[in-house]
Amino acid sequence: MMEKINDFFASKLGIIFAGAFIGIVAVLLQEAGNPGNMGFCVACFERDIVGALGFHRAGVVQYIRPEIIGFVLGSLITALLFKEYRARSGSAPMIRFILGFFAMIGALVFLGCPWRANLRLAGGDLTAIAGLAGLAAGVFVGTLFVRNGFNLGRSQKARWVSGLVLPGMMVALLVLLIWQPNWDDPTKAVFFSIKGPGAMAAPIAMGLGIGLAVGFIAQRTRFCTIGGIRDAILIKDYHLFLGIVSLIIAALVMNVIFGNLNNIGFDNQPVAHNDHLWNFMGMVLSGLCFVLAGGCPGRQLILSGEGDGDAATFVVGMMVAAAFAHNFFTASSPAGVGNWGPGSVILGIVVVLLIGFFMREKL
Amino acid sequence: MNERLDIRGLSCPQPVFLTKQKMEKLGKGTLEVLVDKGTALTNLKRLCTDNNWTLEETMEDNTILVKISFSEEHE
Repeated sequence: MMEKINDFFASKLGIIFAGAFIGIVAVLLQEAGNPGNMGFCVACFERDIVGALGFHRAGVVQYIRPEIIGFVLGSLITALLFKEYRARSGSAPMIRFILGFFAMIGALVFLGCPWRANLRLAGGDLTAIAGLAGLAAGVFVGTLFVRNGFNLGRSQKARWVSGLVLPGMMVALLVLLIWQPNWDDPTKAVFFSIKGPGAMAAPIAMGLGIGLAVGFIAQRTRFCTIGGIRDAILIKDYHLFLGIVSLIIAALVMNVIFGNLNNIGFDNQPVAHNDHLWNFMGMVLSGLCFVLAGGCPGRQLILSGEGDGDAATFVVGMMVAAAFAHNFFTASSPAGVGNWGPGSVILGIVVVLLIGFFMREKL
Repeated sequence: MNERLDIRGLSCPQPVFLTKQKMEKLGKGTLEVLVDKGTALTNLKRLCTDNNWTLEETMEDNTILVKISFSEEHE
């Protein structure tokens, strides 16, 4: 039984199924209340979570997103079931923290992670094209570093409990989400937006349930939106790329079914801006960070659930940057890029290029 | 004695990338690869299936030892 499941998920059909599933449920989540073209956005949702905890005070983007909790816990449960849970860490953790940090800075200039970039495109938001082009350019530069010996070193086997830190944090977030302390006074403790994208959310049980299912499928298929582009460029392997294509097609079909394609173009797109240069540059930075760290932000959550402490460090780096981005005005809004957005992207590109040059080691 | 490559503890894309690099260097023959992660093993299996190469999998001191007999790559 387990072997049959493994064979299916490792096959081409398996990765196509994974992309299609994610595309379909993303649009269902939008229909059930999540913001436009944001059935999933790992970057935006992590930003909402740190906002809910009060690490930033952008009142319109604060909510504990159950989808993120579901990804990590779904991956943990799946890894345990299929005996792939393996606590490990020690592969340049602080470098991964910084890569996570700047990946988020870039993503919040574009306003989305690679998953959302694809969902935006499938929703008729053509400003996503500049972002996706930037993402591919960033991944391409990253593969040049990989070809020249870039790597972050080997991780080491760790005590089993050390792989449970990020999943444990997710359980704590779930408790806060359900309990909602100081619900009567939303200015204290857990903050939930009362307007803006943060106030738009599918029911908790639906978000969590779909998150768990995506965690299961993504853990089994190794679905990765960065791996798809990277493998196509680096080793001419199009397996993961099929997942991306199927995600876009599935989401597009769902948007047609629900009649969501009534504004195809560049203007007035949901939670997006049309500054093409910085959409492009933001995602150059993110793409570079993701490829150097080994996977897209969704994949980093899945790896965290499997016990990968280095991926968890990347996730924490993203979360810290999300708070930073709103406190220091580097994040964009539908009105355009933030005051410090372009400067922070350029700084990020310089730092990450230095990492690429100096983190080389013969194995 | 076959050539041996240790890809334990490495993150993507290193496991498959280094394996392919090593194979290109060797041309053809048998390569033994030490693997510790499900993802790397899945990816190596796919590489072999796509190229009709044979892959043998055994356990050696809590590590998966993968033996790949390969020839020139199918593009």
